[in-house]
Amino acid sequence: MTLISETRSKSLLYLDNVSVSFDGFKALNSLSFVVEPGELRAIIGPNGAGKTTMMDIITGKTRPDTGTVLFEDSVDLTKRDEADIAQLGIGRKFQKPTVFESHTVWDNLELALNRPRGVFSTLFYKLSDDDRARIGEILETIRMSHRKDELAANLSHGQKQWLEIGMLLAQEPKLLLVDEPVAGMTDAETAETAILLREIAKTRSVVVVEHDMGFIRDLGVKVTCLAEGSVLAEGSIDFVSNDPKVIENYLGR
Amino acid sequence: MITGFVLRALEGKIVIAIGILLGIAVLVPALNLLVPADSAFHIPTYVMALMGKYLCYALLALALDLVWGYCGILSLGHGAFFALGGYAMGMYLMRQIGSRGTYGNPLLPDFMVFLNWQELPWFWYGFDMFPFAMLMVLFVPGLLAFVFGWFAFRSRVNGVYLSIITQAMTYALMLAFFRNDMGFGGNNGLTDYKDILGVSVQAGGTRAMLFSMSAVMLALCLLIASGIVQSKFGKVLVGVRDAESRVRFLGFRVENIKLFTFVVSAMMAGIAGALFVPQVGIINPGEFAPANSIEVVVWTAVGGRGTLIGPIIGAILVNAGKSYFTGAFPEFWLYALGGLFIAVTLFLPKGIVGTIQHGWGAREATKIAAEKEKGRDADILPQAAE
Repeated sequence: MTLISETRSKSLLYLDNVSVSFDGFKALNSLSFVVEPGELRAIIGPNGAGKTTMMDIITGKTRPDTGTVLFEDSVDLTKRDEADIAQLGIGRKFQKPTVFESHTVWDNLELALNRPRGVFSTLFYKLSDDDRARIGEILETIRMSHRKDELAANLSHGQKQWLEIGMLLAQEPKLLLVDEPVAGMTDAETAETAILLREIAKTRSVVVVEHDMGFIRDLGVKVTCLAEGSVLAEGSIDFVSNDPKVIENYLGR
Repeated sequence: MITGFVLRALEGKIVIAIGILLGIAVLVPALNLLVPADSAFHIPTYVMALMGKYLCYALLALALDLVWGYCGILSLGHGAFFALGGYAMGMYLMRQIGSRGTYGNPLLPDFMVFLNWQELPWFWYGFDMFPFAMLMVLFVPGLLAFVFGWFAFRSRVNGVYLSIITQAMTYALMLAFFRNDMGFGGNNGLTDYKDILGVSVQAGGTRAMLFSMSAVMLALCLLIASGIVQSKFGKVLVGVRDAESRVRFLGFRVENIKLFTFVVSAMMAGIAGALFVPQVGIINPGEFAPANSIEVVVWTAVGGRGTLIGPIIGAILVNAGKSYFTGAFPEFWLYALGGLFIAVTLFLPKGIVGTIQHGWGAREATKIAAEKEKGRDADILPQAAE
């Protein structure tokens, strides 16, 4: 019992016994999962394992039927909505890159910047030097300074993925949830993305959902394998990929 | 804070449009009142009245553009806000008739006497005061938009479902206002106005003043709309239109953003209605007809949604066309309107102004590309030289 409460109090994100079903289909089946501050974690699993549903629950898009979801051991995420949770410091990257296509790269980042988001504060917002410098910094990190005035619609698929990661950085989250960041990327872009994510994880926790095993090996972090809505195995990539259950459920197929 | 808002609003095209509007606000009444009727420059009163009507429609289209063009909310019920603003003004004008009505009742408008009502309903109180009536012109449409939007946006009603319920809203209001016991004159509406602010509504000077006010209010609302659109809030609005969930996951309260825009837009529509009524001399429940709201969408689409200027141009052009067609070939107008909407959807999906802007952008891009061909890209794209 002490062990559990200790894990909980040290955790950034704490999911315990979370279940949710859609029309009788159990998308998550008493899933328990802990992310510590500053951790970079990869999640793998076959289609329908509940990876995206888990993200939906953490970010407030879906309410779980049962279970506990805590952020920083104090905030019950099941009672908050998306905007609240984003303001608490949880950022989310979607599977399909979702950026504001009719805005420039710069404007995309400006909108994402962690500043007051009320109607009147945005109506009378003026770009300060600090904010300008911060956007410049993020443009450097995502290597897009030279394309800052380009419309996001004109970016390549990989660049849109990076822009979205940049927007999440601008949000200054404590926890970043990244859904399949390298889907549709070239090998070179994939390698760059691994470097980028490792850099980001220096200052915050990151959870990456990915199918690309090579990419996960590149990241070199603790891996959680989900199947049928619960955790199948957890550990290093070599440990997990040698687990007979994982091979049977996921890798072997 | 406010100055920053206004300065941002005054972007090139907007300054020109506001300049033109303020120009005609002075010029048209001057040509009507000061130039002798036999001069070639004289603008007859009926033309000025017609133009004033178009300006009110233009303001209504501008209001729709704010929610549809920028926030992606296709309201098919904006005519309701226009009509409510119109009724608020109509009630003021009715109270000004006083004992000059057919029945000579100093307090009750004619239709109430006709219905054998003994006293003024509570919601008619205060409408004898101009400032109160003007407040209601903003407040009533704003309140309806607030209540409607509160429920619709909070329960995340989107897209076609939202359009349908806005349409249902204006239809329900039309049926309600048709009833005599609602207390708004039923089928006949409110008409036979005499005075506005102590002067006759029919007088040449009053008509000129109303025209000027229409142009000035359109210019003012254009300024406000442009300020909203150019601010960071405006960028968030476009974000809501293009990728609503992204905005939400960035921590913005999408429902509040939509609600604010919807209420501002409804108030602008109310102002348009209030200016419209004294110029045409009547308001009746027909203004709530769903078809009216759909026509506003056509004007906005023809002019170019999401451009602010486009809807103004669209409203004026389509209505000028309507005036001509209904005079020359009355039976063809509806076909022409339908054909126009199909043609715009097929060939000019960005509308008139959108297409011009797009064409201009494409030309600029071609120019830059041509410069690059000649190897002179160094100063255009400095990093390419590295």
